[in-house]
Amino acid sequence: MNNTLIVVRRELSGYFATPVAYVFIVVFLALLGAMTFFVGNFFERGLADLGPFFQFHPWIYILLIPAISMRLWAEERKSGTIEMFLTLPISLTQAVVGKYLAAVFFTAIALALTFPVWITVNILGDPDNGVILAGYIGSLLMAAGFLAIGSFISALTKNQVIAFVVTASLCFVFIASGAPLVLNFFSGWAPQQAVDFIASLSFLTHFSAISKGVVDVTDIAYFASLIAVFLFATALAVARLKGE
Amino acid sequence: MAMIEIDDLMKRFGAAVAVDHVSFNVDRGEVLGFLGPNGAGKSTTMKMITGFLTPSSGTARVEGFDVQTDPIEVKRRVGYLPEGAPMWSDMTPRGFLTFVAQVRGLRGAKLNERIDIVVAQTQLDSVLEKPIETLSKGFKRRVGLAQALLHDPDVLILDEPTDGLDPNQKHEVRNLIAGMAADKAIIISTHILEEVDAVCTRAIIIADGKVVADETPEELLRRSQRHNAVSVRVGGEMSVARTLLQDLDGVASIETVRANWLVVQSNNGEALVSEIGTALRGIDMPIDEIHVERGNLDDVFRNITSNR
Ligand SMILES: Nc1ncnc2c1ncn2[C@@H]1O[C@H](COP(=O)(O)OP(=O)(O)OP(=O)(O)O)[C@@H](O)[C@H]1O
Ligand SMILES: [Mg+2]
Repeated sequence: MNNTLIVVRRELSGYFATPVAYVFIVVFLALLGAMTFFVGNFFERGLADLGPFFQFHPWIYILLIPAISMRLWAEERKSGTIEMFLTLPISLTQAVVGKYLAAVFFTAIALALTFPVWITVNILGDPDNGVILAGYIGSLLMAAGFLAIGSFISALTKNQVIAFVVTASLCFVFIASGAPLVLNFFSGWAPQQAVDFIASLSFLTHFSAISKGVVDVTDIAYFASLIAVFLFATALAVARLKGE
Repeated sequence: MAMIEIDDLMKRFGAAVAVDHVSFNVDRGEVLGFLGPNGAGKSTTMKMITGFLTPSSGTARVEGFDVQTDPIEVKRRVGYLPEGAPMWSDMTPRGFLTFVAQVRGLRGAKLNERIDIVVAQTQLDSVLEKPIETLSKGFKRRVGLAQALLHDPDVLILDEPTDGLDPNQKHEVRNLIAGMAADKAIIISTHILEEVDAVCTRAIIIADGKVVADETPEELLRRSQRHNAVSVRVGGEMSVARTLLQDLDGVASIETVRANWLVVQSNNGEALVSEIGTALRGIDMPIDEIHVERGNLDDVFRNITSNR
């Protein structure tokens, strides 16, 4: 077994060793359920799809993803365990990727636990399950993008509260730059290319493209390159802790 | 080639120099006691050898591998107990040791065998399944020590391994280290100087980041004021004994300590036991106790590190 996987396993068991994981999952499911059924009018719409369900994912992630990612490095620095961790024969890449993947797996587990919504919609109607699958893929990619940003921020501070607040703000910016409200504001005076560029930076633009059922290479590439950039930045931030 | 080579190591934190051009080697079979006042730079030096901190200049090599160019090779060969033994508090010792063993490439039966061995060596059986955060300080330290020994490394770097241990455990850990010493190169930092005497073959004292002494514990003891002084407790009149010994050949000074002890220093550093014995018996003065002082490492330490 490769060191990255060993790190992933340790980190994952760390999530479930404390109530944090269970609290997180319950809050995630409760929030998502409440939004979907009460705000999104899931039933009243009379349509067999998960549109109202997925539309809230970005906003719920703004709140909950930073709660996962804030621990990643800040906690290790605060408690000093980073010294034990980084003096084992684990490469920086294995350490950064291992921790990150564990967070992604954990989020995937939480996301997978929303399956009752999928069952419900299949009982009530005849939805396009391909579109639903695309929605899940898009949602997970988006969560993975946020986690990469969060991993980087967490490596910059010992303080988890700071990591949470900064990550949540950054995630908000990444979402909001694609929201109609913001784009309308720009389209009033900025050239169309600029507006398109701002929109193309947004998670929202790519997520809604994917969750419509079109899993396009550019959307995947967007998330993949964003993740790569922020994980690389995380590695630089962790390496910087060693001093010159 | 020495197992550990510290080559002109320097570490600067901002404007402050924490480790100031330190060089030394440690060979197989040596147990190096790394001493110095608080803030002297012991832990910082160890963090650089183990690849946790990057030196500002100079480098460290372990079995020929440079920690700056081959950090993973160095980390494979070193067992390291960081200062304060920081560990993931929600893991159990068994979970933690299993993780470290896997990272160190141990698998299957070999992994279980090594865990059993280090658990026995550090006497952890009673706490193996308890979360580390609930363990007492001494047990935590022992988990940290067990972790460092897991892969039976050739090089051990232990930052205050006996800090927080009870006297029995201190004794056990010293025996453990002494037992392993023959085929390893070991560096331990400590503030307990009797430990140096008990397990170390060599001692380095650093102060303000600089090496100020590098010798055997025996040589350090020899620097002590009291080294080879003769302490004698007489059964008769103190003043009589004192007057007699004052005139003895080779006596430099006599001190009275604790009511009926006389401490006699010679002027050439030799212990004058038989001379003193003969002289006292010559006047029929009863000798209740007599011994040669070895000297006191604490005094030597204080002398070397305080008048700087
Ligand atoms: N990360 C850091 N940033 C700034 N200064 C530091 C840092 N780590 C250590 N120092 C400083 O470097 C000096 C050496 O510290 P070090 O921990 O190596 O001392 P030590 O010899 O291990 O002391 P002790 O016996 O108390 O453990 C101290 O003055 C300390 O304040
Ligand atoms: Mg220290």
